[in-house]
Amino acid sequence: MTETNVNGYRRYNGFLHQVYHVAWSDMMFLKHNFWNTLVMTIMSPLLYLIAFGYGLRTGTTDIGVSYVAFVIPGIMSLSSLSSSFASTSTRLNVQRLYYKSFDEMVMCPLSMSAIVLGKSMLGLVRGMLGCFLMYALGLFLAPDLQLTPLAVICVILSCMVFSMLGVLAALLAKSHQSMATFNSLIILPMTFLCGTFFSVSSLDPIFQAVLYCLPLTHASGCIRAACLPQVLEFPWWSLVVLVVFGIIVFLICRHLLKTRKI
Amino acid sequence: MSEIIEIKDLVKRYGDKVAVNGISFTVHEGELFGFLGPNGAGKTTTVRCVSTLTNITSGTVLVDGVDVVKDQIGAKRCMGVIQQQVSLDKDLTIRENMISHAMYHGMGKQERNARIKELTDYFGLEEYLDKPVDSLSGGWKKRAAIVCAMLHQPKVLFLDEPTSGLDINARRLLWDVVKKLNQSGTTIVLTTHYIEEAQALCDRVGIIDHGKIIALDDPKALIERTGKIAVENMVDGKTEYHYFPSMKDAQDFVADNGLDDATVRKTNLEDVFVELTGKSVGDQK
Ligand SMILES: Nc1ncnc2c1ncn2[C@@H]1O[C@H](COP(=O)(O)OP(=O)(O)O)[C@@H](O)[C@H]1O
Ligand SMILES: [Mg+2]
Repeated sequence: MTETNVNGYRRYNGFLHQVYHVAWSDMMFLKHNFWNTLVMTIMSPLLYLIAFGYGLRTGTTDIGVSYVAFVIPGIMSLSSLSSSFASTSTRLNVQRLYYKSFDEMVMCPLSMSAIVLGKSMLGLVRGMLGCFLMYALGLFLAPDLQLTPLAVICVILSCMVFSMLGVLAALLAKSHQSMATFNSLIILPMTFLCGTFFSVSSLDPIFQAVLYCLPLTHASGCIRAACLPQVLEFPWWSLVVLVVFGIIVFLICRHLLKTRKI
Repeated sequence: MSEIIEIKDLVKRYGDKVAVNGISFTVHEGELFGFLGPNGAGKTTTVRCVSTLTNITSGTVLVDGVDVVKDQIGAKRCMGVIQQQVSLDKDLTIRENMISHAMYHGMGKQERNARIKELTDYFGLEEYLDKPVDSLSGGWKKRAAIVCAMLHQPKVLFLDEPTSGLDINARRLLWDVVKKLNQSGTTIVLTTHYIEEAQALCDRVGIIDHGKIIALDDPKALIERTGKIAVENMVDGKTEYHYFPSMKDAQDFVADNGLDDATVRKTNLEDVFVELTGKSVGDQK
């Protein structure tokens, strides 16, 4: 799709323009609610850090770093899931079922891929906000943590994947209630079990196998290893799993939109 | 006259339920076309099919010569749709709603600012621009929604029951808006279950019931076909209606049958509808 002219004005219909145009209203929403959002975004990770990182006082882990250094990457991956997923899915759900403004957008000449990606931007931004604030705090509190480009990439990827999962959940939801159910059956267990607060390798193999079916296990594995490169080897295959998971979620969303099964 | 919308054998099923049952009609460029029918007749479903919001079970729909199934994006460029319910984003201001709409159509900053200015002046919306959606009354929200749908200069505008839920004054004001838009060259397809609305506004009216079009013509022709003059008289507590092509025929009928207390009046669209369907619009649900 190229740029066209209407009445002497240029129209911007390129793919990236479309993604930006879809995301714009959500960015305005974020702007209107910035402080509120900021507090909500950092509150729960901060509580987790205090409760698990300091409250439990477990000292040093078996990989040789302090538990705080171990748990901070876990909390980062947790907030990449909970913040990204929740903000994207809640907003889209409201726009689709209550405001009906999602219908308005679907009636406009936009590619369905641009809609999926554009609608993921809110969660991506919020997730990154939470993760990077936590990361900054971690670099300050735990000297073992390192700032690496790979960690930044993993955080962004993880936020994007879970934000798209939020789009998918909102497209499938029949009501606000079904969103809440999805949240407590899938999202909440994931946040606690997937290698966020304890190492998955300490569990027995059957349980491990189950956890490795969940995307957050891979995200937390990647983020932790990228933050602690001196003691952990980076699990490249987990990165691949995460990317593949993201692509599958994207394709399902696009399919749902294209066939109007929404 | 060229046809801007051509619908052929449109069928839409939801599971076993047939919402639209094989309708065909065309809308001429520049006209104000009315789609009249009771609740549940299939008006909204038809609009949703045409505007690509839902997929079509069978049949074809061409808007400005573009097939809405084969070239969705092309079709979307030439139409604007105002849904039955208010569908503005309530977390944004009116202006932000307009800007995001313009953006969905790829409009750059200059163009969208110019269009928003032009249309809000036209609709008298300036003072509401920076207010949250919910601070506006129903009629003003509707106007804001019309501005959103008009920003990209569509050739056809669909208005799904634009006045349902509005009070009488707001409804009259909105009628003027619709007429004015039509006079400035936009083809308008309007659905309604208010007979007087169809009669007051539309060049041609299609009457839809149970997913089928049962009559389609200009309101005058529909009335003439039924009979221009109506005679109402009570027989055993039940009103009987008779229709006549002229006043003279009606008066002769009254005189011949000695119906001194019968009402003789002009036939209206409601009579046509009742004649065609054997029941009154708005009588159900
Ligand atoms: N999403 C849907 N699922 C199932 N049935 C529907 C759906 N939407 C509309 N219908 C049915 O289709 C028929 C036509 O509805 P609609 O087009 O909304 O009527 P109108 O707009 O003329 O009042 C109704 O009987 C309605 O119950
Ligand atoms: Mg309707």
